[in-house]
Amino acid sequence: MALMQIAEPGESTAPHQHRLAVGIDLGTTNSLVATVKSGTAEVLTDHDGNPLLPSVVRYLANGGVVVGTQAKFAQATDPENTIISVKRFMGRGIADVAKYGVLPYKFIDTPGMVKIETIAGIKSPVDVSADILRVLRIQAESALAGELVGAVITVPAYFDDAQRQATKDAASIAGLNVLRLLNEPTAAAIAYGLDNESKGTFAVFDLGGGTFDISLLKLTKGVFEVLATNGDSSLGGDDFDQAIGAHWRRQLNLAAADHGDTRRLLMKAREIKEILTTQTHAESTLKLSYGQEFKLRLSQEEFSTMTAALVHRTLQPVKKALRDAKLSVAEIDGIVMVGGATRMPHVQRAVSEFFGKSTLNNLDPDRVVALGAAIQANALAGNRGNEDLLLLDVIPLSLGLETMGGLAEKVILRNSTIPIARAQEFTTYKDGQTAMAIHVVQGERELVKDCRSLAKFELRGIPPMVAGAARIQVTFQVDADGLLSVAARETVSGVATKIEVKPSYGLSDNEIADMLKASVSYAKDDADARVLNEERVDAVRLIDAVNAALNVDGDALLNDAERVSIVAAIAALQPTIEGADAGAIKAKIAALSSATENFAARRMDRSVADALKGRKLEELKSL
Amino acid sequence: MTIDFRKNHFELFQLPVSFLIDSAALDNAYRDVQREVHPDKFTLASDAEKRFAAQWATRANEAYQTLKSPLNRGRYFLQIHGIDTEEESNTAMPLDFLLRQMEWREAVVAARAAKDETKLLALGSQEQTDEKQLFALLEEELNQTATFAAARLTVRKLRFVEKLGEEIDDALEAVGL
Repeated sequence: MALMQIAEPGESTAPHQHRLAVGIDLGTTNSLVATVKSGTAEVLTDHDGNPLLPSVVRYLANGGVVVGTQAKFAQATDPENTIISVKRFMGRGIADVAKYGVLPYKFIDTPGMVKIETIAGIKSPVDVSADILRVLRIQAESALAGELVGAVITVPAYFDDAQRQATKDAASIAGLNVLRLLNEPTAAAIAYGLDNESKGTFAVFDLGGGTFDISLLKLTKGVFEVLATNGDSSLGGDDFDQAIGAHWRRQLNLAAADHGDTRRLLMKAREIKEILTTQTHAESTLKLSYGQEFKLRLSQEEFSTMTAALVHRTLQPVKKALRDAKLSVAEIDGIVMVGGATRMPHVQRAVSEFFGKSTLNNLDPDRVVALGAAIQANALAGNRGNEDLLLLDVIPLSLGLETMGGLAEKVILRNSTIPIARAQEFTTYKDGQTAMAIHVVQGERELVKDCRSLAKFELRGIPPMVAGAARIQVTFQVDADGLLSVAARETVSGVATKIEVKPSYGLSDNEIADMLKASVSYAKDDADARVLNEERVDAVRLIDAVNAALNVDGDALLNDAERVSIVAAIAALQPTIEGADAGAIKAKIAALSSATENFAARRMDRSVADALKGRKLEELKSL
Repeated sequence: MTIDFRKNHFELFQLPVSFLIDSAALDNAYRDVQREVHPDKFTLASDAEKRFAAQWATRANEAYQTLKSPLNRGRYFLQIHGIDTEEESNTAMPLDFLLRQMEWREAVVAARAAKDETKLLALGSQEQTDEKQLFALLEEELNQTATFAAARLTVRKLRFVEKLGEEIDDALEAVGL
């Protein structure tokens, strides 16, 4: 219960306890976990001191899972079972995956999202991501010596609903409580904003391993307001490796290379790319599986020429974002560079030429997203330090419905600040029509077939009426994570239906809980103990917060009867905390929450009124 | 459930009900409200509080977006004075206005086909001049002469002009600028 932000200093009943929360950058190439320690954000390293965990997962014949550097070493010898860049497959179907060219995996076409057949069984991209996140969670818990209250997981700003939902599911399966999904460029801006105490309008240019984002933000006194975002969720550093690889394949006539050799070639391409960030020429030797050796060389100039089209592709979304935000290039006060791929000199050059000013890259582009996520996680966990921090983010792609003739009608426009809700009215087109199909889509194109299909459901039981008489109100609601839920209601008869827009692969909360319990690192007892512990922590937190709220506002906002019922609900919850029945604690927490509902609502109304009143007084004083 | 929906957007931010708006005061009031109600302030709260926070933040976003955009604000100002702008139902427009709009649209389509960037930019600046003049007129009608019936037509005209602006933007995007 976060009544704490309204509580007066010193009135909290319990001494302030630092809650362990982390920020996780789940990257295409590497993943990181960071936290705020004594007021400073820092990346947590593994026991060998490495900050970056390669986002590579290898599945073994005995069912074992290897994540990170060890898995990376096996990518050329065991390509079928060693999954790299899995982020590109999150929330994606077989048709989407096809555009990445020849991949070594045995893909299985399942509704909504592809799966991969490995030697250890069939894995969805969600499972693979969960395996990466689990390693990061364990790494953080051992570094911080305690259980995490929760985590902020970053996603590319341009991720659509299916990709976001898949990421959130992966985190839940990995045993993480997701405090918030945070857009990567926004996270980077937080890290920069708080370090430099910036004010003004900033562009965040984020070119990662597999995704590209551009976000334009306005910073004012700790408030980060995203004005527009755009991007390309299938453009990243990997494409530059592929370009080098394709060049050599042509030059060396390697068309028939097997999967292992293709991986070897791409690993060399990456090595050369990295050398070229600091050198004008690079050389290396490629050893193929059948013993043949090739000398490889490339100059920065050649590299720049062969990837000019890729660099140009990043500037299109930048222009669109500027147009959406109604900003000119001259109005941008600074450009923040994020993502390892922005180390390439010709990318930096193109961006600073476009904006007509040099770029900001004083923070490590690999770490900045995780650092920003850690700062946000610290604030969301209610720890002291960033009370003024507030993010006002947007939805990257328009959301709409299919209407007659396969047209997509937009209900919520891209770059709307979230949370947002919007209702649209539709009617029946046939006499006596009793059901209506509702097809939810995301994207900017006019035709449904060019947009991404998010969900299909039906509103049934509409009483027969003449065509056009029914009033069907469809409400779209996007929460602060950028996730959509849709409700439909026939307003004449009151028939209603509601769905969370779960991606078509459709994991229910129960399935996620089962997967969590079944995961290798959890014995069932551990999972039960964890659930019990979580309920206990929630109960204590809720009681503390309600008591603090009663002390401050109880007299002013509650009548005697209301107060008695709240006190009784606290008394009923208290003894269950000592017991071992997680279900009983949960039930009493729910009872206390519902007993405090009106109280909470009144407090919120009053805090808004007070905030505006305070402002008026300050303005008068400053006159 | 407890959000007072009887308050209009101006009252929510404690601003005078007027088409002329102090945009800095609006920005500040919006941020002050979001600081109190945003769901990020309630991540560890009870479900009821999370729900209120989401409702409040949604309401604040809607009110802010409505007041920030001059066209939305004008339409909303008329609406709270009980006047429907009839943008879906009333298609009556002065002939000269319609003809000019058609002419411009054809020019945009032609320039797009010819990939004529200069022409598109010129049309864009013409459109913006037109828009500015209409907003000046709307301000006069809503704020000075209180001729609300006439303002309905100005709102409808602005909707046309705004749509034209979007088409120019799309065309510019298509020709690669």
